[in-house]
Amino acid sequence: MYHTEIRSKDKIVTIGRDLPAVIIGERINPTGKKKFGQALLARDFEAVRREAMTQVEQGADVLDVNVGVAGVDEVALLPEVVKIVAATADVPLCIDSANPQALAAALKVYEGKALVNSVTGEEKSIDSVLPVVKEYGAAVVGLLMDDEGISNDPEKRLAIASKIVERAEKAGIERSDIVIDCLTMTVSSDHNAAVLTLKTIERVVEELGTNIILGISNVSFGLPDRHSITKTMLAMALRAGLTCVIMDPTAEGMRRTMKSADLLLGRDEWAMNYLAEYRQYSEQA
Amino acid sequence: MSVLEELKNSIITYKPAKAKEYCQQALAEGIDPGVILSEGLIAGMSVVGARFKKNEIYVPEVLIAAKATHAGLDVLKPILSERKTEPIGKVIIGTVKDDLHDIGKNLVTMMLEGGGFEVVNLGVNVDPEKFIAAIKEHDPDIVGMSSLITSTLHWVEDTITAIESAGLRDQVKIMVGGAPVTEEWALQIGADGFGKDATAAVEMARKLLGVA
Repeated sequence: MYHTEIRSKDKIVTIGRDLPAVIIGERINPTGKKKFGQALLARDFEAVRREAMTQVEQGADVLDVNVGVAGVDEVALLPEVVKIVAATADVPLCIDSANPQALAAALKVYEGKALVNSVTGEEKSIDSVLPVVKEYGAAVVGLLMDDEGISNDPEKRLAIASKIVERAEKAGIERSDIVIDCLTMTVSSDHNAAVLTLKTIERVVEELGTNIILGISNVSFGLPDRHSITKTMLAMALRAGLTCVIMDPTAEGMRRTMKSADLLLGRDEWAMNYLAEYRQYSEQA
Repeated sequence: MSVLEELKNSIITYKPAKAKEYCQQALAEGIDPGVILSEGLIAGMSVVGARFKKNEIYVPEVLIAAKATHAGLDVLKPILSERKTEPIGKVIIGTVKDDLHDIGKNLVTMMLEGGGFEVVNLGVNVDPEKFIAAIKEHDPDIVGMSSLITSTLHWVEDTITAIESAGLRDQVKIMVGGAPVTEEWALQIGADGFGKDATAAVEMARKLLGVA
């Protein structure tokens, strides 16, 4: 069993299968949020600060930071926003970009040990992202797609995971610092998509033992009452071996579903976390 | 109910096998295939599009309706191509390089086909060279590009630039769409149109070609 440790200046978060699942707040991301994107382009960081504070208040253990919006210079903007988020909320960060230069620039200014999101199985990504992760002593998310795209076969996804782990270890990154993203596709276009994700999680856990991450909400894209589907998927994925979740902590019922699942999976002694969550948020529950 | 009503209904109630059957029946009754297309299949897809726009139905339902439309189109296509019924216009469409999302693009494709356009679907992860080769091969009126993640947005701009460099920009209209795409940005990078969803994309395509 592997423990992935990430740190802000003063706070350590540990991801592991014997520990409560970790919430990574996804809301600092301009995708599909027109106003947020415009504010980023105008270097107006009020919304960034607000999202950082709100998500931590709502139970985020880690914050994902993504500034990818059309027309932005990520190499300049990502480090700037990372500094602002780090100064606003004392939780470790998940630095989210496909641009290795932007990742390097952000890691350089970050005081702590970040989780880099992400490297893929594509040769170009492996060659450009892994050295940056190693240089700054970060942890890294491995996304299960490669030069041939995304496979619908759990064994093929597992093969990509094996490749990423092997290449990362060769680059000097410990397996405990690798978290595998098994990919959540929506069930609205393929009703087997979630089964495939769950199967992939089980196989990666069996064969490689790494920690597992998912962006969970994509599963319900295109359907009404998305929360019901997303929450159910969350519970099932936690059972399969998911250990940290990129999600919206402000979304109705998500956090409580997670605490319930932790309790049911035997990693919340005397239900202390469940009860603490219940008391803290009972007004809004 | 007339056979065309039944056909339209089979689309709205998501029944591919029925759609195929009613298309065959309509042909057997001697109804013009152009009329079957417009008053059966397209009429059905229009209802589906409108309901989707109003959030009355959802992505899986649109996909299965589109499947029903295709089942009908497969029956009509050979006869339509013999008769040379002119499509409203020709569109090539693809998701840009490094991007593997295809739901939105496929919805747009189905809605365009349902709306009387001829569509060549290039698939996902389409690099600029492939767009250019497809323009040369198919001589389309419109090129549609989709990007669903911020890390692939730059490929939209790069593809437009490549089309310009290849000297093909003047012969096509360019439409872009996808979650991170905004209308302002689309126009700024030199596209001619933007559609925020599949229905809007069909409206824009008609507008760009000056079809009422």
